[in-house]
Amino acid sequence: MKSSPANPKPGSGPIALLIGTRKGAFILRGDRSRRAWRLSSPMFLGHIVHHLMLDPRDRRTMLMASSTGHLGPTIFRSTDAGKTWKESVAPPAFVKVPESEKGRAVNHTFWLTPCHPNEPNVWYAGTSPQGLFRSDDGGNTWRPFSYINDDPQYREWMGTVQDGTPDGPKLHSIIVDPRDPQHLYFAMSGGGVHESFDRGATFTPLVKGLDVVEGFNPTTVTFHDPHCVRICPSNPDRLYQQNHCGIYRLDRPSNEWVRIGKNMPKKIGDIGFPMVVHPRDADTAWVFPMDGQTVWPRVSPEGKPAAYVTRNAGKTWARQDKGLPQANAWWTVKRQAMSGDAHNPIGLYLGTTSGEIWASRNEGATWTCIARHLPEIYSIETASLR
Amino acid sequence: MMRVHIPTALRSYTGQNGEVDVDGATLADALTALDHRYPGIRFRIITEQDKIRPHIRIFVNEEPLHDLTAPLHQTGTLYIICALSGG
Repeated sequence: MKSSPANPKPGSGPIALLIGTRKGAFILRGDRSRRAWRLSSPMFLGHIVHHLMLDPRDRRTMLMASSTGHLGPTIFRSTDAGKTWKESVAPPAFVKVPESEKGRAVNHTFWLTPCHPNEPNVWYAGTSPQGLFRSDDGGNTWRPFSYINDDPQYREWMGTVQDGTPDGPKLHSIIVDPRDPQHLYFAMSGGGVHESFDRGATFTPLVKGLDVVEGFNPTTVTFHDPHCVRICPSNPDRLYQQNHCGIYRLDRPSNEWVRIGKNMPKKIGDIGFPMVVHPRDADTAWVFPMDGQTVWPRVSPEGKPAAYVTRNAGKTWARQDKGLPQANAWWTVKRQAMSGDAHNPIGLYLGTTSGEIWASRNEGATWTCIARHLPEIYSIETASLR
Repeated sequence: MMRVHIPTALRSYTGQNGEVDVDGATLADALTALDHRYPGIRFRIITEQDKIRPHIRIFVNEEPLHDLTAPLHQTGTLYIICALSGG
């Protein structure tokens, strides 16, 4: 049974940005005004860090999804906000199959989601190859979650490395309804969006209304390529999605996504990776468009980076590029590399694959570079530390 | 008892020791013993399907071992090699 969401209140304390890069993790600490920023030394330098996430339930526990180019994947845990780290005793791993069968091995954990406040110490993780995992002890031990990792239908929808993202298809955007921990969503970079009302006992595809690449049948789940799905904290019946084929909104109980990206300027299009929602206004969301023409350069269109904001649930979009480079900036911003804080006005943060972090203290109206010369940025999460 | 050469990438598990001694009649046994002493190290080398991970090679006396059933003779050194791939 769903209760009403807690009315999200604006934050006011210092913000920390938790940064995952191809060569390690960093914490960029800001002051209360979000004007002065101090970069930590690299943590796990040389490790590939796809995601670094704070547990908002205690504001001290952090999990880091890590691997290297040669060693197997693992999860590092900190219980003192990143000062010290220990490795998980049992990182996410698929079930061992008999020698005669071809089993899967986790290449890297891609996504980390802390669960509901009523389920302390519970986390979910999404991996590549696509798999869903759960920890009930704060990330120390993990086990396959739900039936989907070994279900023939889901395995068909997941496809193989042949179908997906260059460094492997990824299970991502694991969402726990803030009103009900039994109500879950996840997305697969190859294989659509899925929903459960019974804490993973059953999942159902949620792809109606989503477009697929030209000529293919949109009812075939495996053809769907969601890039980032977000739920609105102030109205959990609304979700936004940046997809390989456009920007969408879903208002429950409807099961049909609406392509609100058609209202974007034609010369910009509605291709991109991240999706950011306002914590207190479900009509407001941001995207960071990428060039999806010809061979899909996936850089800022015409070399002119800009965020686009909607204040009316996708009816119209406004360009936000004040302070950003006005030309010759061929940025790529990955699906986990843009996020917002909970201040009023909210702060927005994005990281580029060229190692720069840009921030806006006024909901995208103006932007400032707050860090540069970092390794390739994979993810940025905002954190309100104790 | 067999000597195992630990690559730098895995010495965070062994207290920075570059060489450790373990018992084991097979590669599987040796790695189990290694993991018993240094928990977590095996999973960085071997997948959950008991396969040697891509970009990891294991040698005994310069002879490559390709699977966990490989028998070990109790002389020589077992080398775990990480192939750094790309920049």
